[in-house]
Amino acid sequence: MSKKNKPEARGEKGDILLEMKDVRIDGFSDERWHKIIKGVDLTLKRGEVLGLIGESGAGKSTLGKASMGYAQPGCKILSGSIMFDGIDLMTATEAEKRALWGSRIAYVAQSAAASFNPAHRLIDQTVEATVDHGVSDDTAARKDAIELYQSLTLPNPDTIGDRYPHQVSGGQLQRVMTAMAMSPRPDLIIFDEPTTALDVTTQVDVLLSMRSIVEKFNTAAIYITHDLAVVAQMADRIKVLRYGEEVEEAVTQEMLSNPTQDYTKSLWSVRALEKPEAPSDDIILEVKGVDAAYGAGVKVLQDVSIKVPRGRTVSIVGESGSGKSTTARVITGLLPPISGSIEFNGTPLTAALKERSPDELRRIQMIYQMADTAMNPKQTVGEIIGRPLEFYHNMSGSEKVARVNELLEMIELDASFADRLPSELSGGQKQRICIARALAANPELIICDEVTSALDQIVQEGILKLLLRLQKELNITYIFITHDIAVVKAISDEIVVMFQGGVVEQGLKSNVLEPPFKDYTQLLLESVPEMDPSWLDSIAANRGVD
Amino acid sequence: MSEQENTYSAAGEVSQVLVKRSRWERAKIELRKAPLSAWFGIIVIAVYAFVAIFAQFLSPYGEAQVFSKADLPWSSLGGEPEHFFGTDQIGRDVLSRLIYGAQNTIGIALVTTLLSFFIGGSLGLVAAINRSWLDQFLSRGVDVLMSIPSLIFALMLLSIFGSSIPSLIMIIAILDSTRVFRLTRSVAANVVVMDYVEAARLRGEGLGWVMRREILPNIMPPLVAEFGLRFSFVFLTIAALSFLGLGIQPPTADWGSMVRDGSRFIQFVKFDWTLALPSLLPAGAVALLTVAVNFVVDWFLHKTSGLRDE
Repeated sequence: MSKKNKPEARGEKGDILLEMKDVRIDGFSDERWHKIIKGVDLTLKRGEVLGLIGESGAGKSTLGKASMGYAQPGCKILSGSIMFDGIDLMTATEAEKRALWGSRIAYVAQSAAASFNPAHRLIDQTVEATVDHGVSDDTAARKDAIELYQSLTLPNPDTIGDRYPHQVSGGQLQRVMTAMAMSPRPDLIIFDEPTTALDVTTQVDVLLSMRSIVEKFNTAAIYITHDLAVVAQMADRIKVLRYGEEVEEAVTQEMLSNPTQDYTKSLWSVRALEKPEAPSDDIILEVKGVDAAYGAGVKVLQDVSIKVPRGRTVSIVGESGSGKSTTARVITGLLPPISGSIEFNGTPLTAALKERSPDELRRIQMIYQMADTAMNPKQTVGEIIGRPLEFYHNMSGSEKVARVNELLEMIELDASFADRLPSELSGGQKQRICIARALAANPELIICDEVTSALDQIVQEGILKLLLRLQKELNITYIFITHDIAVVKAISDEIVVMFQGGVVEQGLKSNVLEPPFKDYTQLLLESVPEMDPSWLDSIAANRGVD
Repeated sequence: MSEQENTYSAAGEVSQVLVKRSRWERAKIELRKAPLSAWFGIIVIAVYAFVAIFAQFLSPYGEAQVFSKADLPWSSLGGEPEHFFGTDQIGRDVLSRLIYGAQNTIGIALVTTLLSFFIGGSLGLVAAINRSWLDQFLSRGVDVLMSIPSLIFALMLLSIFGSSIPSLIMIIAILDSTRVFRLTRSVAANVVVMDYVEAARLRGEGLGWVMRREILPNIMPPLVAEFGLRFSFVFLTIAALSFLGLGIQPPTADWGSMVRDGSRFIQFVKFDWTLALPSLLPAGAVALLTVAVNFVVDWFLHKTSGLRDE
């Protein structure tokens, strides 16, 4: 086995490790072959980190997997060449490729939780590939795994490996997965959106440890993400993909300061969007001292008080588990509070949903994070938007059709969309239909629960602009639940910061987002990646992490 | 990069969207990909359905028409040109009884299955939506019914209420609806947690709307597959009850009692093999339809990568 002496065989930093030329990949779906990758070149040197960014469907994951010589089921690599350290992966047999995977090439998936076997201890899974491929023996691999846990700043590195996947947090699991990938000391790691599912505050820790370990072992990496700010921290070079083609590629600094293509510039645009705040004293909704719990369990909300001014946007920010979404459920009546009250237009709202009148229900509408699950897949767009019209406004026949078309126009879609099914729409269009459904009720208040977080930057911008325009035209009030500070800056007048079920502060955007900060607000703001490649270093310095 | 790709418009947003196809077009695509076994099943079911619907026109003689040859128990195959499969012990034409048997046995099984889906399906949906004491009450009730072996229970109830066709249908439908209830409740429970159901509730929709319009269309594939399986079971149960003499009563023709009537001649088969026909023909008819339905269900379940039975 030549792999035993692989560390000596490891080349110098700067040698070309991976070279892909004119790679074309087709995917099969809905009875047809589609072109996913239309001729992309990619070169990666040893010890270099390449960021691969683009919106969903751009082909970045497919390209990342192709760099291992792997085509996922339903895909086939048509042509091009993939050379990995002198091995032609296009002509390599399955057995040859399998010998490479898990020993010289490793893959870190987006959802660590789904990638671990829940029935085995973490350390057994960490060393499995290393031992199986004969890179080192079991004892040495276990000792090494503990060292890896240590360098990934996992708590209790000596014992954490004895736990099962469900006994550690999501961020920790993602780091264990990185340890698993690092264990055989691969030449190349592919990170496929490894931090997308994590909170901003956790994301920072994971990014820091990933970057330091990649540097420490001089490993080459491909880092796939849709978040430009994240990739800026990790990558030496960035490649932008769109529709399976390369838009541009440049060294990180240059890409950030001076993008040449319009498309790349548009990836920044949502961060440039900023709404001037407008204070108002006309309160439409007031949440007063609300406590809430699911079942008889611990309180999820404690003494939450929020004031929402009419025709304005109040953003509720905080990490997951802070009670943002629960607050929304209390306002809508899905979760009656234990104590406290909610006043709407000065009159108290009944706590439970069932006791609210249709007119009360009509005034408060909700838009969900996942437009996919928020629309009945068996109903057409016309039925989805038409139902609130029938239900609240007793419309039918041509009157209803006319109003549906009018609503479609308001969300910048045309009447032909009315007889499409949700599966025939793109992500941004689905979210627009959800907005139209909310608008159909003629609401006064719309609760937007993470409405843009599942969308690509450019689509996000479109949705935010639409929401802002609708607010101006119809004087609608928004409660915007989000963890994305860029979105908060773009849309809100006031901000509520929540932490562990309580309100840390509420105030005008300028008060909350500018110094002096409250402690938690500062941590939250700091954790949001900035476009500056040195941002992560400064965070590390501030926190005293080495 | 062309110019138009850089300007953003919501309507022009591209993504991996599905082609717009009518239900019929999608069905055609699926049928083209269907395996041979599914095709076999579909054709057999179609033939059965045709025979059952047009029994009156297809059968050469009446259902209970007796011919004078009653003293000759079983006429050999081909021996009597006017009775293709011969006549039974009281001189009724076997072919005609087979054809009428299709109508009776399949018809009653179908009505029973539909009824059991109506009962079990609607209660299952209610239980899935209203996860409260009602769910507990229904689910525990179903557990009690399911803990009693169903054939024995059916026999007992039939001897209490008598073997009329309505009571046969009601008893089997209620006993079978317990299985439908469990399936509906468990698949509906996955749909109830979807945001669109919550959206409908937030809108203030009533139980009926949520059941029929939001949940039911989304749990149809497993239910349709279950319908096929349940139909087979009900069909077999009715045939078995008839075989035991408690099912469909004479002179109504049905396959289960035909097997029973013919079975007493089985011992003479060593003298004349055609004597096996009166019992083997209806038994084969039962078996063939059950197998055919299962082929189709298997294909359908595989296609929708849905749930397995129970």
